[in-house]
Amino acid sequence: MATPASVRVLEMQMLLLKRIWKTNLTLSFLQPLLFFLGMGLGVGSLVNDRPSSAEALGGIPYASFLGPGLLATTAMLTAAGESLWPVLGGFKWDGTYEAMAATRLTAAQVVRGQFLWLGVRMGIAVGGVAIVLAVHPDTRSWGIAPAVAAAMLCGLVFTAWITAWAASREYDTSFSNVQRLVITPLFLFGGAFYPVDSLPDVLRPIAWVTPLWHGVEMCRGFMLHTLGGVDLALHTLVLVAWLIPGWILCDRFFAKRLYR
Amino acid sequence: MSRDTLMWRIAPPILRTARRPQRVVERNAIVYRRTPMVLISGFFEPLFYLLSIRIGFGALIGDVDFAGRSIDYAQFVAPALMASSAMNGAVYDSTMNIYFKLRYSKTYDAMLASPLGAADVALGEIMWAMLRGFIYSVSFLVCLVVLGMAESWWVLAALPACMLIGLAFAAVGMALTTYMRSWADFDWVPAVTLPLFLFSATFYPLSSYGDFGWIVELSPLYHGAALVRGVSLGIATWGMVAHVAVLSALAATGLSVAARRVETLLLK
Amino acid sequence: MKRFGDFEAVKGIDIDVSPGESFGFLGPNGAGKSSTMRMIAAVSPVSEGVLRIFGLDPAHDGSAIRNRLGVVPQADNLDGELTPLDNLIIYGRYFDIPRSECIARARELLDFVQLSDRSAGRVDSLSGGMKRRLTIARGLMNRPEMLLLDEPTTGLDPQARHVLWDRLYRLKQQGVTLVLTTHYMDEAEQLCDRLVVMDAGRIAAEGSPRELITRYSTREVLELRFGAGQNADQESSLIGIGERLEVLADRVLVYADDGEAALREVHNRGLQPESSLVRRSSLEDVFLRLTGRSLEE
Repeated sequence: MATPASVRVLEMQMLLLKRIWKTNLTLSFLQPLLFFLGMGLGVGSLVNDRPSSAEALGGIPYASFLGPGLLATTAMLTAAGESLWPVLGGFKWDGTYEAMAATRLTAAQVVRGQFLWLGVRMGIAVGGVAIVLAVHPDTRSWGIAPAVAAAMLCGLVFTAWITAWAASREYDTSFSNVQRLVITPLFLFGGAFYPVDSLPDVLRPIAWVTPLWHGVEMCRGFMLHTLGGVDLALHTLVLVAWLIPGWILCDRFFAKRLYR
Repeated sequence: MSRDTLMWRIAPPILRTARRPQRVVERNAIVYRRTPMVLISGFFEPLFYLLSIRIGFGALIGDVDFAGRSIDYAQFVAPALMASSAMNGAVYDSTMNIYFKLRYSKTYDAMLASPLGAADVALGEIMWAMLRGFIYSVSFLVCLVVLGMAESWWVLAALPACMLIGLAFAAVGMALTTYMRSWADFDWVPAVTLPLFLFSATFYPLSSYGDFGWIVELSPLYHGAALVRGVSLGIATWGMVAHVAVLSALAATGLSVAARRVETLLLK
Repeated sequence: MKRFGDFEAVKGIDIDVSPGESFGFLGPNGAGKSSTMRMIAAVSPVSEGVLRIFGLDPAHDGSAIRNRLGVVPQADNLDGELTPLDNLIIYGRYFDIPRSECIARARELLDFVQLSDRSAGRVDSLSGGMKRRLTIARGLMNRPEMLLLDEPTTGLDPQARHVLWDRLYRLKQQGVTLVLTTHYMDEAEQLCDRLVVMDAGRIAAEGSPRELITRYSTREVLELRFGAGQNADQESSLIGIGERLEVLADRVLVYADDGEAALREVHNRGLQPESSLVRRSSLEDVFLRLTGRSLEE
């Protein structure tokens, strides 16, 4: 049986991973580990000292609250880091995509290959978080496996939209603003570090429509075993609703850029 | 830089050969004149962090004990965030940017064909990093004021403290950058700055670390954060002198290594 | 006469460059031209021996020397983050020239190198010849007493070379001292009042292009081609024609003051070259004579 085209795209990208895997793996573990220690346990000790806070978190230690959130934010941060400059670079500087287009790959296949590649990168990073969470008693849960899947779905939404943005840009001038004005606020206000209930009334509805919040809620629901069927369906639906237009845009921009 | 200042007298000898490092600053300013958005958006980042500390973590944590009194958590973290952003800004400017100019764009080759020397390049780039850091620190202060988190005029003292932090980290960052062999080496930069950010008594007092407090004291950012926190809360202790000394020593070492390395790399 | 350069650059040979003079280093790649230029530009320390530029020691007064020099390096190191105009302005600022003066000079020089209409674009969008002209303009920002040009036209197409030569010739007329390296003999003949022929890090000969040709070559050269692999075999039958013979892989060179007469003699001996050409002697022949090798091989 012939290898699917998108998998061949992935193979090309994997060659890159071979060169950088040591650094990449180390950092993938280090970053969530540090966050978990510094925020989950460190800040957690301050939070847990306060009875009223424990109540706001639903009676669980802060680490149990934060842990699942880290799965989703890690997926988002990986997607953002690997889909801005690398995608524009693939068009402009490295010529990676043009080389692919010169073979018989269609734009849609190149896009799918790119998503698979991001899946690998996110898988490594999110997997790193999952291992850290599986070790600590406050976050050990059978829900980690489905939570990883939920985080990946959430990350895929960001991959699609950010890739679409990068693929439609001529210069990288806006990229640091995407990081600073979109990703950073989501990271901070998306419900990973504290309940969105503490946000002011005007901001709360905004948090509710962001894909990150749905990703975080799904991860948390799985790991704390509080996710009902309706919630699960609703979160999935919202994430898929975000994903589809992003994906379509990617296909369109790649096609426009590769075969103009 | 006036030749009578203390900084000048304790500066390593190689730096005394610097003539007009301000021209390097001028060159960078021309580049940035074209992309003001980068500086403007830099204003929002601290705003987001401060807001989330205040409305999110502040609500969960309440007050912390510091220097014998109970203070609001946001009040406790804000100075450390300011110090961290001075560090991050300085490191960002002095690593990738300088690597690019050093190895690819040949910007410095052209400078060295003029009367400028290696010390001008090193000092100029670091002055630029400090200047940018200063702009960020000012916008951080503006955020503090806007959010009503500035308690007294003492917060102004945080500005020179942040410039010292910027100087120290830019100098060390540039010195290390001259040893980098490829872009992949820069993946390790966050592996250093992230633990510094998280474990420099940034988010909780030194006392929370218990027996591991001495490790925290090894972190240069700890000294920076403690300095900014001290001055902006108006608490003066002898420990502050130590913090200033540590940061100054880092700056001097970094600067002289950077200048010497730029010389060996470019004046072959 | 004021002595501008008085340096023992290569293997202990003194070279004096007078004001307004145009001086060249001619030699193949790797002859040590660029390293010599970097030393003269006071950006590369002298490992052994004595070097004085404007009577100053680059080890101590590098900055003062560079203040009076204009440098056009072989590889363009224009600032890609700045416009052409800003490239000139900031370069002038490196010399501590007041900003308003920098702007005035920059506009004037852009005009001189015929780039006024490209002053605001991106440096990347300029062609190779334009970049080189911009680099020359940059080197003139400090009104240098001496302009150093390292391989000024290498990598440029013929048309771009002629534009550049024209500009350099004007500079020469304005009295700017030019010191250049090249491995093109036509360039050396066009631009240099005086030159040294360099080979493997030492100086093989010194003089004006005409002097060198008179001294090391004949007035004319007869080039004969006998076809692939045949040239060496013909050497013995050519002996006695002209003053000297040089056998190369693809042709035989006959050095004679009267090339036509030499060609008649070749035909008289019953030799049938595939092609023949009589031309004037050039620096190429001088180099061949001095080193036994061709310049552009």
